[in-house]
Amino acid sequence: MAFQGAKKRIETLGGISLLASRTVRSLFSSRPEFPQISYQMVLMGYQSLSIVIITALFIGMVLAIQTAYSLEAFGAKLYIGEVISLSMTRELGPVLISIMVGGRVGAGITAELGTMKVTEQIDALRSMGADPVRKLVCPRMYAFVLTLPMLVLIADALGVLGGMIISVMQLDISARFYLEHVFRILKFNDIFSGLGKTFFFATFVTLISCYNGFQAEGGADGVGRATTYTVVLSSIVILISNFFLTKLFLTL
Amino acid sequence: MKDLISYKGIEKAFGKKEVLEGIDLSVGKGETLVILGGSGSGKSVLLKITIGLMYPDAGRLLIDGEDATDYGEREWLEVRKKISYMFQWGALFDSMNVYDNVAFPLREQRVDEAQIKERISDALDTLGLEGTEAVFPHDLSGGMRKRVALARSIISKPECILYDEPTAGLDPVTSDQINSLIRKTQEKFHVTSVVVTHDIRSMAFVADKVAFLYEGRIAFSGTLEEAKKSVHPVLKEYLSGRV
Repeated sequence: MAFQGAKKRIETLGGISLLASRTVRSLFSSRPEFPQISYQMVLMGYQSLSIVIITALFIGMVLAIQTAYSLEAFGAKLYIGEVISLSMTRELGPVLISIMVGGRVGAGITAELGTMKVTEQIDALRSMGADPVRKLVCPRMYAFVLTLPMLVLIADALGVLGGMIISVMQLDISARFYLEHVFRILKFNDIFSGLGKTFFFATFVTLISCYNGFQAEGGADGVGRATTYTVVLSSIVILISNFFLTKLFLTL
Repeated sequence: MKDLISYKGIEKAFGKKEVLEGIDLSVGKGETLVILGGSGSGKSVLLKITIGLMYPDAGRLLIDGEDATDYGEREWLEVRKKISYMFQWGALFDSMNVYDNVAFPLREQRVDEAQIKERISDALDTLGLEGTEAVFPHDLSGGMRKRVALARSIISKPECILYDEPTAGLDPVTSDQINSLIRKTQEKFHVTSVVVTHDIRSMAFVADKVAFLYEGRIAFSGTLEEAKKSVHPVLKEYLSGRV
C-alpha cells in the first residue's frame, strides 16, 4: 500500500516534469494564440476578482486588529502601517491569494481538461494533428502567469486599504498618518519579491492542474478525484515552494 | 488492390487483460472494411492504434507500405493528415460551436479562412446541417452530433476515415441516415473506410469487406456474402436472423 502510494507520487513528479519540459519547448517553438490567452485571462482574472477583493480586504482588516493588539503591549501601535504593508506585499498577499485563486483556477483547469480527456476530446485534438500541450497548456500558462501577479498586486493594495479602514475607525490613526508610514517603509523590492513568487506559483498550479486533467480516467468520478487532487497538491506546493522562494528572494 | 493499412500480429494488453492477441488484417485502398465484434472486444483499441493514439505492445502496423509502428508524434502528424477519425460519441469540442469544430482540422493545416468557409458550407449542406454553424454541441441531438463529427472527419478530404461505432446510441432511422452518409462519402470522395461496429444493420449497409474480431483475434475476414455463409459459430449467432 505504502509502496503503491510512493510509486504514484514519483509517477506524478515525473509526469509533471515531463509536461514542464514539453510546455517550455512548445512555448518557444509556437506562436502564442492570443484569442485563447485573452479568453483564459478573463476566466482566470476577471472572474476571480470577487474572491480576491473579499480575501484581501478582510485579511488586511484582521491583520490590523491583531497587529494593534500585539503592538499596543509595546506602545508601538503607530507602526501598524509598516507591519501591514510589509506583511501584505511580502507574504500574505502572494501566498494567500495564490492559494485561493490557484485553487479556483486549478480546479477549473483540471475539471475542463479532465472532462475533455474522458470524452475523448483530447484524442480528437491529437487525431487532427494538434498538440494538446500547445493547444491547451500553453494558453493557460501564459494567461495565469500574467494574471496572478496582477491579482496579487490588487490584493496588496486592498489589504493595505483594509488595514487603513480599521486603523481609522478603531485605532484613532488618521488615514494620512497611516499612508505616510506605508509609503515610507515600502520599497520596490518588497513588492517585487512578493510578485516574483507568484510567477512560480502560477507555473506550478498550471502544470499540476493540466497534468491531473490529462490523467483523469473513467467518468465524472475520475474527474472529481483529479480536481480534488489538484486543489490539495497546488496548495501544498505553493506553501512549500514559498519557503524556498522566500529564502531565494531574500538573498537577491 | 494495394493495401493502405496492414496489421501484422498486433497485440495490446491493459494490465493483465489481453485485448488484442495477434491481429493480422489488411485494408485495401478505396474499400470499406467493417470490423465487427462485441463490446469490449478491442475494436476501438485497434482503431486508436491505427492513428497513433495508442501503441501496440507487439506486432507491426504498416500504413501505405511504410512501417508506422515506432512513429513518434511528429511522424503521426503527417499520417493524421491522410487518415481522420470519427469518434464514437463525436468528441466535439464543447467550447466551440459547430463551425469552429468543423473548421478545426483545416485551421491546423493553415488553410485560409475564405476557403474554410466555402468548404464548411459545402460539407454542412451535404450532411443536412445548414443553419447550425453557431450552435454549440450541447444543444445538438445525438444524430446531429454524429453528423457534425462526420463533417469534421471529411472536411480535410482524407484518404481514409476510421469510424468508431458511428451508429451507437442512435434510433434506426437516424442510424440509416448516418449509414447512407458514410456510403455517400465513400462514393463521392473514394475514401478508404474502416468502420468498427456491433450494429449488423450498419454492416450490411456499408461493408465491402467484413472482419470479425473475437477473443483478441480476427476470427473471420472476407466479403459480406462470405460472412453470411461463415461456419464460425459465434459469427453465425451474431448474424443469425439479422442480415
